[in-house]
Amino acid sequence: MCVCVCVFEDCPFRFENCKKQHGVDDNKKSSVILVAVVLCPQSCPLRRDREQVGVAAVLRTRICTSRPETTSVLRRDAAMRGSKRCRRDRPVCMTNCPTLIVMVGLPARGKTYISKKLTRYLNWIGVPTKEFNVGQYRRECLKIYKNFEFFRPDNEEGLKIRRQCALSALNDVRQYLCMEGGQVAVFDATNTTRERRDTITRFAEQNGFKVFFVESVCEDPDVIAENIVQVKLGSPDYIDCNTEEAVADFMKRIKCYENSYQPLDEGLDRELSYIKIMDVGRRYLVNRVLDHIQSRIVYYLMNIHITPRSIYLCRHGESDLNVRGRIGGDSGLTSRGKEYAKSLGHFIQEQNIKDLKVWTSQMKRTIQTAEALAVPYEQWKALNEIDAGVCEEMMYEEIQEHFPLEFALRDQDKYRYRYPKGESYEDLVQRLEPVIMELERQENVLVICHQAVMRCLLAYFLDKSAEELPYLKCPLHTVLKLTPVAYGCKVESIFLNVEAVNTHRDKPENVDISRPTEEALLTVPAHQ
Amino acid sequence: DPEKVKKKKFWWFTNSPTVIVMVGLPARGKTYISKKLARYLNWIGVNTAVFNLGQYRREAVQTYKNYEFFRPDNEEAMKIRRNCASNALTDIGAYFTKEQGQVAVFDATNTTRERRGLILSFAKEKGYKVFFVESVCDDPDIIEQNIMQVKLSSPDYENCDKEEALEDFLKRIECYKMTYVPLDEEKDRHLSYIKIFNVGSRYLVNRVQDHIQSRIVYYLMNIHVTPRSIYLSRHGESDLNLLGRIGGDSGLSTRGQMYASALAAFVQSQSIRDLKVWTSHMKRTIQTAEALGVPYEQWKALNEIDAGMCEEMTYEEIQGHHPEEFALRDQDKYRYRYPKGESYEDMVHRLEPVIMELERQENVLVICHQAVMRCLLAYFLDKSADELPYLRCPLHTVLKLTPVAYGCKVESIFLNVQAVNTHREKPPNVDINRKTEDALQTVPEHV
Repeated sequence: MCVCVCVFEDCPFRFENCKKQHGVDDNKKSSVILVAVVLCPQSCPLRRDREQVGVAAVLRTRICTSRPETTSVLRRDAAMRGSKRCRRDRPVCMTNCPTLIVMVGLPARGKTYISKKLTRYLNWIGVPTKEFNVGQYRRECLKIYKNFEFFRPDNEEGLKIRRQCALSALNDVRQYLCMEGGQVAVFDATNTTRERRDTITRFAEQNGFKVFFVESVCEDPDVIAENIVQVKLGSPDYIDCNTEEAVADFMKRIKCYENSYQPLDEGLDRELSYIKIMDVGRRYLVNRVLDHIQSRIVYYLMNIHITPRSIYLCRHGESDLNVRGRIGGDSGLTSRGKEYAKSLGHFIQEQNIKDLKVWTSQMKRTIQTAEALAVPYEQWKALNEIDAGVCEEMMYEEIQEHFPLEFALRDQDKYRYRYPKGESYEDLVQRLEPVIMELERQENVLVICHQAVMRCLLAYFLDKSAEELPYLKCPLHTVLKLTPVAYGCKVESIFLNVEAVNTHRDKPENVDISRPTEEALLTVPAHQ
Repeated sequence: DPEKVKKKKFWWFTNSPTVIVMVGLPARGKTYISKKLARYLNWIGVNTAVFNLGQYRREAVQTYKNYEFFRPDNEEAMKIRRNCASNALTDIGAYFTKEQGQVAVFDATNTTRERRGLILSFAKEKGYKVFFVESVCDDPDIIEQNIMQVKLSSPDYENCDKEEALEDFLKRIECYKMTYVPLDEEKDRHLSYIKIFNVGSRYLVNRVQDHIQSRIVYYLMNIHVTPRSIYLSRHGESDLNLLGRIGGDSGLSTRGQMYASALAAFVQSQSIRDLKVWTSHMKRTIQTAEALGVPYEQWKALNEIDAGMCEEMTYEEIQGHHPEEFALRDQDKYRYRYPKGESYEDMVHRLEPVIMELERQENVLVICHQAVMRCLLAYFLDKSADELPYLRCPLHTVLKLTPVAYGCKVESIFLNVQAVNTHREKPPNVDINRKTEDALQTVPEHV
């Protein structure tokens, strides 16, 4: 009897499809044939566990435990990957050990800005990341901040508390990376002394974490002042102070650190892995990049900037297929869609945007929209709408009629669900990553794209989870203006006053595969 | 209005051409980096050419006597070398204006501030961007290894024995050392550059101006010189292969499974250190990898080219249903995109992260598909867009690529399990009105 294919015990297709698809000779009893889990049909609800995350996917060959020969292979595989057993709901990442990113730098050098941005980017591309800000631990411990004297290097009591906070944070880091399935932890603190950094390095070694330092060095007084105004004045530490008092106190705080600050040294620290960012990205020193994730982090950090700018996201004008309630396809604009394109042109003119770049996908409807602006634009294949595979150009009613199971599975996990012969939102995020990287490099950009694409981009800028992403509202004929501010993004939604059909389908209440048709179609927006 | 609406296909096209200027003493890997970088940029579609000053010098001087030519007090030689540099810059200008070049790599020592100043003025005058790549190395082992690998076989040392050549070359390096002024963090803070220390253990990056420079930095930070081999192979013969059908997601035929076992035996016999195995998301590569009994990683990016409407058709059926498409594909196989599918050009794009990771890794076995393997091979062997879609990647054959000197050594190992041929040559008649027999002339046999 042949060995089972689909290794997930509760996969409904486990025994049926197995025999049909891998066609192994039933008489071959001796050899254990580990046929890949991906043989399970698209509609298997557990398939998603094996799909791709990030740049590469790792197949977790879990095998039927009913056969003794197989368990030894499993043991060998597990041993090769490290002692951690892969959890069912998360694929194993390429890097076996988690990474601890350690920020280094005087106050007001952008450490928290970088931590939060990096965390947001890594989570978006599918690497579970969390930041641990020691300042917050200190605020919880101390409750009330009096003044800079707490940070004086001769304040014994202060030093004790600060050391405790750091250790407490490191404990939580360990919890996150070892117990909660985290892959990367960002330790956001000044970490300005070699002694503190050694403590962290030892801690990481004990726990099998890789360490990567990110140091921000800046001497430009204007940048530092701007920094303080943008984020420090609004800090809980200075809630009851006026601006002058707060700035004066904060400058004294920085002074407390300056004397004991030991920057990463090219000579003494040559065995460490780090990137030194100088003058907000004018210059970088990169030392000993160990693996893929560190290489990606370095690439990302070298592409971000803080020059003020705005990103405009919008969809193409209303299309013929939109009006008929059909998804996907490559149709042209309706007359209302063309009107929108004209309005968009006027809007752009009024906004008087410096050096605006315009990007579209390679589909007719976005190109037609851009044409009306009468400015140069660039087409990106990566901005094409999600490929709905066999469901292309269908109405939701037709999908429900022909593929009720698929329709339900999609509602169960809209982020990971992949249309047969099509794509998932997860795939989209992957193909949009170069677009995000280029958006980071650029300044003012208008992106004319599609509903699913816009949801992915928006989720990146607004730090939305994989659960929220597929249900973000991106109506037609509405421009979202995103302006980076402090640690996040300000969003302005501008409806350009041209009516359009609604294409947003909320998650229905009943997502069961055996639900009746009315319940499946409950949330389908009206159309012709 | 074609001027008003610039429809650029790929975002990395810069408006102004870029001159990459190598900097460094001899035997610091400048030519290695120049060639590798040019190969990468050309592969992703950025027209790049290398201008090696040593070659200009060899053409001017014809016979190389000894290191005395490079002495800083050799007036006559200095004149010749300055002339060569001018000529090279002129040629760079011509490459940009007449040959649609986008990036030129000026491969020379460029060790003095004066020489770099000359290049900067030239570029400023013409509106070119300049990006310096300096290689700094003081590890004597690396330098000697370098000299052994590439200098001893240089035309300069054709008639010398190894010791003589080595000695002369070391004296040559001394000549440059006297006047070497490295890029300075302070004085050169307005220049755009990357300084590579000791073959990549450390980098200093200053003022990256645009996307292409950012990509170049990313690439340079990912390459290494540790000896290793890359094994490229297709999946074992599949059921659809046997039927002469393209694409699809079928499983292995019996012979395909035999190949998978043979591949496992081959890999074992090679005793490869820390081998990583990569496959696509498609059944046939996964089944092939399974037989190896080692952990492997699946890459969606390694999936076969999407033939869109022609998926799972035979060439005869494509000719029957879409004769015009079939002809268009033969006219420009690299850029032709299947309706609702992909082109080779699209594939290069999606394989770029795979190439980047292959550069980072050491020993890797990639089990992929015909079109995918052609793209990867074209990258390693520097094949043009015209040659790429016709590279031979037969089933059941492993290609072992080992970087050596400035290129790649290729060993082709047929694992002795018969398979159907899936290679279709470009037919002589690619006209859209051609007859069916002409169209199907080069279709390989199938069931």
